[in-house]
Amino acid sequence: MAGKRFRPDMTVVLAVCIFLFLAVCPFFLSMFRVSLIGKYMCYAIVALGLDMIWGYTGILSLGHGVYFGLGAYCMAMYLKLEASGESLPDFMIWSGQNSLPAFWKPFANPVFAMAMVVVVPVLLAVIIGYLTFLNRIRGVYFSILSQALAMILSVLLIGSQEYTGGSNGLTNFTTMFGQSLSSPAMKIRLYYAAFIALVVIFIICRFLVTRRIGKIFIAIRDGENRVRFTGYNTAVYKVFVYGLSAAIAGIAGALYVSQVGIITPADVNITPSVEMIIWVAIGGKGTLAGPMLGAILVNALKTAASEQFPELWSYFLGIVFILVILFMPGGFVSLRSIPGKLRRKFAKTAKEEYA
Amino acid sequence: MRREKWYHRLAVLGMAGALAACLAGCSGGAMSEAAGSGNSQTSAQEAQSGGDEGGASAEGQAAGAEGDTIKVGILHSLSGTMAISETSVRDAEILAIEEINAAGGVLGKQIEYIVEDGASDNATFTEKATKLLENDKVATVFGCWTSASRKAVVPVFENDNGLLWYPVQYEGMESSPNVMYIGAAPNQQIVPAVDYLAENYGTKIFLVGSDYVFPRTANSIIKAQAEAKGYEIVGEEYTPMGHTDYTTIINKIQAAQPDFVFNTLNGDSNVAFFKQLKDAGLSAEDVMTCSVSIAEEEVSGIGASYLDGHLVSWNYYQTTDTPENEKFVAAYKARYGEDRVTDDPIEAGYDAVYLWAAAVEKAGSTDVDAVREAAAGISFDAPEGTITIDGDNQHIYKTVRIGQVNSQGLIDEVWATDEPVKPDPYLSGYDWAAGLSGQS
Amino acid sequence: METFLMQIFNGISVSSIFLLASLGLAVTFGLMGVINMAHGEFIMIGAYTAYVVQNLFRTYLPAAVFDVYVFVAIAASFLAAALFGAVLERLVICRLYGRTEDSLLVTWGVSLTLQQLARSIFGAPNVGVDAPSFMEKSLRVSSTLAFPLKRIFILAIALICLGSVYALMYKSRQGRNIRAVMQNRNMAACLGVNTKRIDCATFAAGCGLAGLAGCALTWIGPIGPTLGTNYIVDTFMTVVVGGAGSILGTVFGSAFIGVGGTTFEFFTNASVGKVLIFACIILLLQFKPKGIFAVRNRALED
Repeated sequence: MAGKRFRPDMTVVLAVCIFLFLAVCPFFLSMFRVSLIGKYMCYAIVALGLDMIWGYTGILSLGHGVYFGLGAYCMAMYLKLEASGESLPDFMIWSGQNSLPAFWKPFANPVFAMAMVVVVPVLLAVIIGYLTFLNRIRGVYFSILSQALAMILSVLLIGSQEYTGGSNGLTNFTTMFGQSLSSPAMKIRLYYAAFIALVVIFIICRFLVTRRIGKIFIAIRDGENRVRFTGYNTAVYKVFVYGLSAAIAGIAGALYVSQVGIITPADVNITPSVEMIIWVAIGGKGTLAGPMLGAILVNALKTAASEQFPELWSYFLGIVFILVILFMPGGFVSLRSIPGKLRRKFAKTAKEEYA
Repeated sequence: MRREKWYHRLAVLGMAGALAACLAGCSGGAMSEAAGSGNSQTSAQEAQSGGDEGGASAEGQAAGAEGDTIKVGILHSLSGTMAISETSVRDAEILAIEEINAAGGVLGKQIEYIVEDGASDNATFTEKATKLLENDKVATVFGCWTSASRKAVVPVFENDNGLLWYPVQYEGMESSPNVMYIGAAPNQQIVPAVDYLAENYGTKIFLVGSDYVFPRTANSIIKAQAEAKGYEIVGEEYTPMGHTDYTTIINKIQAAQPDFVFNTLNGDSNVAFFKQLKDAGLSAEDVMTCSVSIAEEEVSGIGASYLDGHLVSWNYYQTTDTPENEKFVAAYKARYGEDRVTDDPIEAGYDAVYLWAAAVEKAGSTDVDAVREAAAGISFDAPEGTITIDGDNQHIYKTVRIGQVNSQGLIDEVWATDEPVKPDPYLSGYDWAAGLSGQS
Repeated sequence: METFLMQIFNGISVSSIFLLASLGLAVTFGLMGVINMAHGEFIMIGAYTAYVVQNLFRTYLPAAVFDVYVFVAIAASFLAAALFGAVLERLVICRLYGRTEDSLLVTWGVSLTLQQLARSIFGAPNVGVDAPSFMEKSLRVSSTLAFPLKRIFILAIALICLGSVYALMYKSRQGRNIRAVMQNRNMAACLGVNTKRIDCATFAAGCGLAGLAGCALTWIGPIGPTLGTNYIVDTFMTVVVGGAGSILGTVFGSAFIGVGGTTFEFFTNASVGKVLIFACIILLLQFKPKGIFAVRNRALED
């Protein structure tokens, strides 16, 4: 790397392409499709956070729906209170609740709610991370544990119907900051809010992984004990990156619920959590741009397949997962190496011919 | 050297492509939609009530009725845990549409149906409902099963002024102008069932339910009813969806010695509950149960021997003795196979299509507002007997029937109301229910 | 008093079901290191096999021999699931040894596909399986206390399976080969062990055990395309608590989750019971991060 030539990282180019595409989507797609893409962007944000912990630090979390859901629920509590106005939220009435529970009250304030969107997931992540990483629970053990966490949270959310809306979740919102959520102008605004969040979070993640701390993450992934022997407290780094990805997931959840208008315990459970991992794997982990692409493409495929073949789409999805991961371990992003591989192959055969 | 050039070219290409797409697309798309409505919109309220000004529903008047066909949507879970129940309702709805089409269609047009999979996931239900209403511009939608999925799509239907025909009994406390409730309201299923059992089996009640909104609300209704009438609730248990071990709860039931168990478990859990109840040596003679989510189809999935003699409460059974039902059961079996059974939600899905068609014929249009207005008071000679739409709350006048499962897996009627009962979703006709609905 | 005795029996019975359901996983996950998310679907395959066998008996054989179907079903469900497992191993899993995380994702895709396959073949609604009449009785201890024979039968199956797996793994030549391959693939290959064959056979055996569990579950629970999803978390937790790679650990794990879960449920309710048992597991892993019976290993990284 002697020269100072402009040499763009392939993944950055890819990310810029994705951003350009997302930025212009509202100009030529119908409102319905734009809202769908808005939803995919929230997934892409989660995928960025997951890439930080899995792709770079090697922690496989099968329970990231938890943090996504917590962020979404915090935002949804604010939206629900705004929709209910002076009266109690509807589900509390039919659950026999007489007054607003104390922990709901501050959520009437949008600033508090938006702060909680980040604080609650980070707090839980730090506690869980502290308990597990400090005691060197890792690898598959951590994955299974995080999966159980997802199941437990969804059981808890369903079980405390009078506080959380139970399995119905929170829905039927009307306004946000006094603006109608259903108006096209507001939808476009939310779309661009998600877009900006995606770009900013990408830049932050990119910043981190290209610095020294990013090198430590990768070192932890590739040989944690060696890092520890060189004098680093790996647990602190792991708790930090786990908390960061929880914060990112929380933000994504908040953006998701304001666009989609519903959050239920099912979105917190194991299935969506594993799907999140699949977006990252299919896009190409450890590249940041890949997981974004994966989240958008997999969900677009899911939507398209389920619209065309409402009976059979699970086959498509299942088989695509199997094939991509089996034969493209680096995900879609690994396609970039194909021209290089081909060239090398041709070069080789050419050499052989001369030899 | 060539590598960088290749990347450069890709980047430039990508940017140029995006720019071109942007320029080409500037004329249409969601952005112009937003701008269009932005101009005419002065306040949030207006945007909501006057949604027709926006591009999405500008063609609202002719919704789903362009050309020679009328498009309708069918939205049920075809995958995931709820598929076990919902696929059959979809089959019944398709059967009704095919019958209507064979008889000449509605307003002289054939009905074209678009099936979407809700995938047992509420957010997916929301997405697919939006797709049907905004993208496919269907005239109406038949669908949903769980209360959660209905609650998830109701805001969409209210916002886009669509019309949902909901085929399942539910917990009440709801009356959206954009939903037609074809299943039973609580006063057409739960309340009379509890009274019947208390009268015939005794007044000590044990409540078992899945942990979600329907059982919890149903049980709070029963508790209010019990308090007013002097019944005793000796236990109340909820289990998470998909729970498969009921030995502990059965142990608690045995310890509590109730006169009957009122069961609001849903789906898979029923299978485990009844199999394990029988294992514990408890038959219907020992502990009578009354279920409100077990119909003929669930019976065949559990095994008739496990349910023999237990009670259920619905508005329709495959054995219901009407000429229309004979025809319906024969048609359903001919279309989907001899081994299939019909049950209450299946029949309600079938009725829903016919009621909608009748309302459209009466209104002379598929416009949602016109159909809603025309639907009030419309009757249909359904397999369960004549049913009528109540214009006040868009529920249905239905006959209440208590049935007993027999050893063939069918359900025999043991008690029924003399005439269809007026739907009362908020239970406003019962003094003891005053505190439940929150609507004073 | 009788309620408590009954509750203890319930705890043991639930433990035996967990044990049966997770024994297969203890082999595929614990020994082979494949995170088989389709484990639940192999349980489902076993359950549907039992359903098919029952229907064949009902259609083609006199009612008198109907009860015999149980033994045919047990064998058939083991074989059917093992066959599926062997095919899956040859086609997919064999490319994934050493890629633990990828094995998780691929088998997730497999589980989606198998669920849809079941839906396409048998239809979405649940199907019913009748337990044989001799199993419907119960062992009456006193006038109010009776233990269902079905539960005792399942307990017996679980113990027999446990015994067989133990004997196979620790007392037979085959088992020694299996353990050798799992510990050091290359070294075992150098010593003349046919690792490919061992992999395939071991994975198939694990899946077969899951199928057998599925057959047993048809007598007490639902049989539908999503049957497997009800068990997947509990079975993984069982193996993890006990310590992957240890059969004894799996026994302990299932006892812990089974007895603990039912006890908590008895004193609180089903949801709180689940949460409490999970809290206990986290607490336990604080002291034993690799499960209670962790396999000792001198390698620095694993």
